[in-house]
Amino acid sequence: MIPGQFEYHAPSTLDEALALLAEHGSAARVLAGGQSLIPLMKLRLASPGVLVDLNGVGELSGIEEADGQLRIGAMTRHSALERSELIASRYPLIADAAAVIADPLVRNRGTTGGSLAHADPAGDLGSVMTALGAEVGVAGPGGERSLSIDELLLGPFMTTLDEGEILTEVRVSQPTDGSGGAYEKLERKVGDFATAAVAVQITRSNGSCSAAGIGLTAVGPTTIRASEAEDALLGSNLDDDALRAAADLASAASEPAADLRGSEEYKRDMVRVLTLRALRRAVERAGG
Amino acid sequence: MTQIEVTVNGAAQQVDVEPRLLLVHLIREDLQLTGTHIGCDTTHCGACTVLLDGVPVKSCTVFAVQANGSEVTTVEGLEQDGELHPVQQGFTEEHGLQCGFCTPGMMLTSVALLEQNPDPSEDEVRQAISGNLCRCTGYVNIVKSVQHAGRAMREA
Repeated sequence: MIPGQFEYHAPSTLDEALALLAEHGSAARVLAGGQSLIPLMKLRLASPGVLVDLNGVGELSGIEEADGQLRIGAMTRHSALERSELIASRYPLIADAAAVIADPLVRNRGTTGGSLAHADPAGDLGSVMTALGAEVGVAGPGGERSLSIDELLLGPFMTTLDEGEILTEVRVSQPTDGSGGAYEKLERKVGDFATAAVAVQITRSNGSCSAAGIGLTAVGPTTIRASEAEDALLGSNLDDDALRAAADLASAASEPAADLRGSEEYKRDMVRVLTLRALRRAVERAGG
Repeated sequence: MTQIEVTVNGAAQQVDVEPRLLLVHLIREDLQLTGTHIGCDTTHCGACTVLLDGVPVKSCTVFAVQANGSEVTTVEGLEQDGELHPVQQGFTEEHGLQCGFCTPGMMLTSVALLEQNPDPSEDEVRQAISGNLCRCTGYVNIVKSVQHAGRAMREA
């Protein structure tokens, strides 16, 4: 399969990339890791006239903590997240997910920003960043702005990024004492999209739950935040009854469609099971 | 057309390419290195795996222009001075292939693994090759082949 023709640009700075997007308007698309966009172009489901390749824009890669936040540059490869000691030691939810995105070869190319901007409801990082309450940095012709992950993800393969804008980084608050997270993914085989997956992040202070985030992957038209399950956890003592109640509410919040991977009923029940498992692991990781 | 410069198996190549040319087509058709296979053509099977600056990637899902200024290693680049690479030797000794279609990609992924981890456990090998599909062997002998190569490289 061969993609349609396009004009190719490989800027080396963010400013150059923004200028190219401004010049080419709606004909232009940003190329990040290409592990979703290139297959779509080969199937002719996408036929951008101009590609602006960000792989040479070094300033968009990197993982660092500063000013109370973890910053992940948009062009950071999944494999870099997977191998990062900082992520492994302090962000278990991200570490869990980074190891199960697609397969190792895809993770060597695919990027954090590309995954979020693609807004695939089956994308693992959408629900992870939802559970973490992440914020994304966006650069565009009008300067820079920040969006919460909930504001970014609009619908299936749709975001609120405007023409000419580039998602530049993802920001997550640094973990506090008593916080923990986990990602549970059910997939038929490595490299398949999730049948269902659940991301959770909780904080326990003085014996009760003071913060909770739950994101659901591949069980709706977009990444789903299980708000009622989150609310039910807040103030609870995070015992197994509380976790089970939250898992039931997360299951009720899912809107799966039947496909080759399973029926609606099956997927909804898997959301319950995966939420419970993820919560138990998150609580364990959060410690006493 | 865009002119790119790519070093393939140690040899610098200047090639005029259309931006839409996939790296795997550059390798197989322009450079006539047909050891790199096209399997699924949909980013699933890993048969087209090559090393791009030492990192295993699916060459059906990278544009050739993106390799401008980079080094590409294909299966043809593994043998040095008439000597098989230890990974090739391992696949021979341990019967790590049957039809051979996945083998070039499988070996390149293995080379990259052994660079980072010279003594991988069975689990680590299976994790590393989980993006490369084999429909013949059941993977058992592939794992043995990679570990055989690891031993040979550690002893060398």
